[in-house]
Amino acid sequence: MAELTYREAVSRAIAQEMERDPSVYFIGEDVAAAGGVFKTTEGLLERFGPKRVRDTPISEQAIIGAIMGAAMNGLRPVAELMFSDFFAVCWDLIANQIAKTRYMTNGQVALPLVIRTANGGGVRFGAQHSQSVEGWAMAIPGLKVVVPSNPADMIGLFAAAVRDPDPVIVVEPKVLYASKGEVPDGEVVDRLGSARVLRRGSDVTIAALGAMVPRSVEAAESLAGDGIDAEVIDVRSLVPLDATTILESVGKTGRFVTVEESPRLCGWGAEVASIVAEDRFFDLDGPIVRITTPHIPLPAADALEDLAIPSAAAIAERVGATMD
Amino acid sequence: MTTTTEPIADEQVRLGMYRMMQEARLFEKRAQDLFLEGLIKGTSHLALGQEAVAAGFAATLLPDDLVYCTYRGHVHTLLRGAPMGALMAELMGRANGICGGKGGSMHLTDVAHGAMGSYAIVGAHMPIAAGAAWAAQERETGQVVVCFFGDGTTNIGAFHEALNLAVVWRLPVVYVCENNLYMEYTAIGDVTAVANPAADRASAYGLEPVVVDGNDVDAVYETAVRLVERAREGGGPALVEAKTYRQGGHSRADPAKYRPADEVEAWLARDPIPAYRDRLLTSGVEPGAIDRVEREALELVDRATEEAKAGPYPDPEALGTELWADGGSAWRS
Repeated sequence: MAELTYREAVSRAIAQEMERDPSVYFIGEDVAAAGGVFKTTEGLLERFGPKRVRDTPISEQAIIGAIMGAAMNGLRPVAELMFSDFFAVCWDLIANQIAKTRYMTNGQVALPLVIRTANGGGVRFGAQHSQSVEGWAMAIPGLKVVVPSNPADMIGLFAAAVRDPDPVIVVEPKVLYASKGEVPDGEVVDRLGSARVLRRGSDVTIAALGAMVPRSVEAAESLAGDGIDAEVIDVRSLVPLDATTILESVGKTGRFVTVEESPRLCGWGAEVASIVAEDRFFDLDGPIVRITTPHIPLPAADALEDLAIPSAAAIAERVGATMD
Repeated sequence: MTTTTEPIADEQVRLGMYRMMQEARLFEKRAQDLFLEGLIKGTSHLALGQEAVAAGFAATLLPDDLVYCTYRGHVHTLLRGAPMGALMAELMGRANGICGGKGGSMHLTDVAHGAMGSYAIVGAHMPIAAGAAWAAQERETGQVVVCFFGDGTTNIGAFHEALNLAVVWRLPVVYVCENNLYMEYTAIGDVTAVANPAADRASAYGLEPVVVDGNDVDAVYETAVRLVERAREGGGPALVEAKTYRQGGHSRADPAKYRPADEVEAWLARDPIPAYRDRLLTSGVEPGAIDRVEREALELVDRATEEAKAGPYPDPEALGTELWADGGSAWRS
């Protein structure tokens, strides 16, 4: 075991897969010579050379289109989309082309590709560089979406994404890049479509994603002091979704809360809540609660942004209130 | 503009291109009839009058080369070698369609023949074609990628992003603008800053401006041979503007009344197929050989139509297949 930062885990993840498979290529804006604007890809150019680790122009349609075409012709490419907000300038390639091509061609075209992207707020960048857009991707049939919340998951889920024969979007909460965690030695490979129970509890199930995971764990510890025993699930994978783990937990606790960084409408938690309502209605002892960012663009000022995104204290308070 | 003086192709190649154009024309006219009969639904975008662009390039390419085209893509897919019956069946929404009925007229794909898809969002396939060429370059496969697009594409961002990347990475891709004078219902000249929408942009990317008579299959072939082989040898990408004309409307729903009658008349007089027939006869091709091509093309279209009509409708189970590589469409446990 070694302690790594999340940003170190990103470069280790990419290196692990590029070392293993010569058909893995990595492109993006400022990813090679500069090592990434978040310093998540340092050392890759030196290790794998300028053909496999390549800087692109600021042309998100070209970047995403290029990895799609390359995946159609024998590579397993990985692209970095610097900020997930930039989905908005290449969404045609992702939503109309990459997501639909396998189905439209009745399986003739496989697209084993990965798009990694820095997502979410907490870094005072303002509304156009802070969005949580995992829900955009989740809404399109044909895209797999994972959100690692810690360094070990970053490596394991990224490896699983690269090895998966379908397009996968790896959503990295940028506020976590400096966070640290233990990572096993040697190759780390995880599984798409698997949630993880991080804290066992019997009173309430809290399902969280990405940057909301450590805050939810912190909230659960604080709730324990008030005699509330919360179970915390890191959802990890939106598509495919491990509904089984969530439903089993709700069956045990009888209460369900989602913690989402995205704005309220159509967040991932709405879908998960509807699954719980449909499949476990008679196990519920109270209403399902969604804790989200308000339905606003994120403001830049730290005082305002901190008010908007659910904090550990806010999560604990809201969960506590639902137990009354 | 490149026009023919002395054709570089031998008689066999030229007769082959004539056969391609005949098959393409008869296939699309049949598709038009089947529409009117209600056997093809939805929409379709015919390339009647533009066949010489497709045939001139198709005659140039090798089996492993890859072609990307647009929703006006019946002809490119067919001339790449896709089986005609399966194409017609796809238009008719049958299970024996080339995409099992899931693609339809605007999404014809036959990977086995290097027809890598018809793309229905304008410009999307420009960077995708660059990516396929990038993989060819890295894997040293010797493949060339040819990407066909319409004049309307030259005003969308993906066109410019793709050309820049293709040049910077020196990719083996030939971009071919089929300038049929109209972007959907609007004359391209009315909404474009330059007279030649593709060729006049070439210099912005350090590319040679290439304009070819897209109704002259010998001229297209000559241009294709030069640029495809240059790309294959590592000479980098090319951008071609082929001047041609869409004899019909944008789609099934468009009677194309916005076009001046004299313009339509002038271009119909320049129909690439009868003109080429005359040229072949003048250059000594036996009339019998030409007649045989025409007869066989019609027989092929007849057989394809019967094959398509005989096909079953897709099984209801097909609705949920092939979203994922495991063959299914499950999204939750």
